[in-house]
Amino acid sequence: MMDRQRCRIIVVKGGWLTTVQDLGRYGYQQYGVPITGAMDRFSAIVANRLVGNSDQAAVLELTLKGPVLQFERDTVIAITGADLSPTINGSTVPLWQSILVPYGSRLSFGKQRTGSRAYLAIAGGIDVPLVLGSRSTHCASETGGFQGRPLKPGDILLCGGNSGELADRLIGKRLPDRLLPRYERSIPLRIIPGPQQDFFVKQSLAALTEVTYTVSPQSDRMGYRLSGPKVVHKGSMQFISDGTVMGALQVPQDGQPILLMADRQTTGGYPKIVVVISADLPLAAQLAPGDSVTFTPCTIAEAQRALRMHRTQLDAALPPINSSFLCR
Amino acid sequence: MLRILPLGDSAITIEFGNEIDPRLNAHVVGFAQAIVDQGWSGIFDIVPTYRSITVHFDPLQWDSAALVDRLKALPRPKPGKAEQRGALHEIPVLYGGEWGPDLDDVAAFAGLSPEQTVTLHASTRYRVYMLGFIPGFPYLGLVSTHLAIPRLSTPRTKVPAGSVGIADRQTGIYPTVTPGGWRLIGRTPTPLYRRTNPTPFLLKPGDLVQFRPIDREEFDRLSREASDEDH
Repeated sequence: MMDRQRCRIIVVKGGWLTTVQDLGRYGYQQYGVPITGAMDRFSAIVANRLVGNSDQAAVLELTLKGPVLQFERDTVIAITGADLSPTINGSTVPLWQSILVPYGSRLSFGKQRTGSRAYLAIAGGIDVPLVLGSRSTHCASETGGFQGRPLKPGDILLCGGNSGELADRLIGKRLPDRLLPRYERSIPLRIIPGPQQDFFVKQSLAALTEVTYTVSPQSDRMGYRLSGPKVVHKGSMQFISDGTVMGALQVPQDGQPILLMADRQTTGGYPKIVVVISADLPLAAQLAPGDSVTFTPCTIAEAQRALRMHRTQLDAALPPINSSFLCR
Repeated sequence: MLRILPLGDSAITIEFGNEIDPRLNAHVVGFAQAIVDQGWSGIFDIVPTYRSITVHFDPLQWDSAALVDRLKALPRPKPGKAEQRGALHEIPVLYGGEWGPDLDDVAAFAGLSPEQTVTLHASTRYRVYMLGFIPGFPYLGLVSTHLAIPRLSTPRTKVPAGSVGIADRQTGIYPTVTPGGWRLIGRTPTPLYRRTNPTPFLLKPGDLVQFRPIDREEFDRLSREASDEDH
């Protein structure tokens, strides 16, 4: 049944990897269901707030090369995160602010300028079924999102509508410049000592903070393989699989660390030497193969303060429609 | 014996020991339930594994140190209660042939006939130690040392849904099609993961699994019944 209030968006080109994501699928990790969700939660939340959505609304995550989308109704959108050179009917579109897309417009993307993942929020959110409490796509298990897979030509997305009055209030809303993230090709990530430091030789943790690692081409939404100096295990201690978290740096026997990201498995069989703090994960999510990272030590208290400060600043600039973070 | 290990600023792992043991895992499952029973808001996942529990919390709502205090203050489950048995599931399996392409290799490894191998695999009542890897994948154990064959050196790119595999002293069932390196000895028609069901997962940590060898005819009939239920 067609709802007149809803916007139809026709996918003309799918882009390199365009998926429906929200803030993740919680409550099923004990059954082996990965969290998934937007890699860069900050950009996804900002995009939603700019168009008057709750933080949990489903958005599109665009990777490196964006899609071509045809809008079948006037609607309000916002694009945040990476600059993938968006244009509407050939005119450049500003990032980090809400804009009106008139009926019949075509949104396209061009060259990747900064970052690697852009987020497209549409007023009312993308209407795909909730699967296990979330609209996020997990491609590996074909769960959630748009038919459990990335978008391809011919797909039609339905979006919740919003009144014209609301649209008038939204247009031009933007994130203040002082809160705009800066995406660099080489970034420092703050780390907390991990649960299995004792699996590594004594100087490993200190050594990790003195070197640079490169994001290898074998990197995806599950994790980034980092190449650089070996992290040395203490012999070949058997490790029994346990719980993982986004941001954990696990180290297989070859000594090349893997930074676990949004689609990581719920449990893993490699020891975790450090964990990147939550406040820095949105920047980590914007890395592309060839970019590099360094690691800076941090405490849990500092990490939580950093996250709360980010959130307080964001809430002051763009108040949430629904205040919960990550939880639904 | 109980170690509390921070896992970043949004999770804590509670480690109960360092071995794969049914009693230890029963403590894990019991304590995980005790945390669930608290109904604390801002705790969004409690993940039991072989010998640990990972508690995922909202870092905006919980102070990591405060959560550690609350967890330490929880009464430890009494051994008797913790070892209460989970539900017993009988899982029918068609062993060998195209459904279990590695059965002969496992038999050769064990120095047994394929028939003896099937009998040995199906004669043990396995514990669901944890679920992980992909949605609904149970890590079952412990497999007889005779059958404890290592993983394939090169994983298959496509393991069919329902495949029953062995890796060292673990046995498991692939709920959906996925790449995988476990040695495949058979296949079950019983669905383990139905994403649109109100209770999507057949198994949970602490449950018990008993495999029952079936023939081709029964496999086909049960497969039809399972697919009818889905439609």
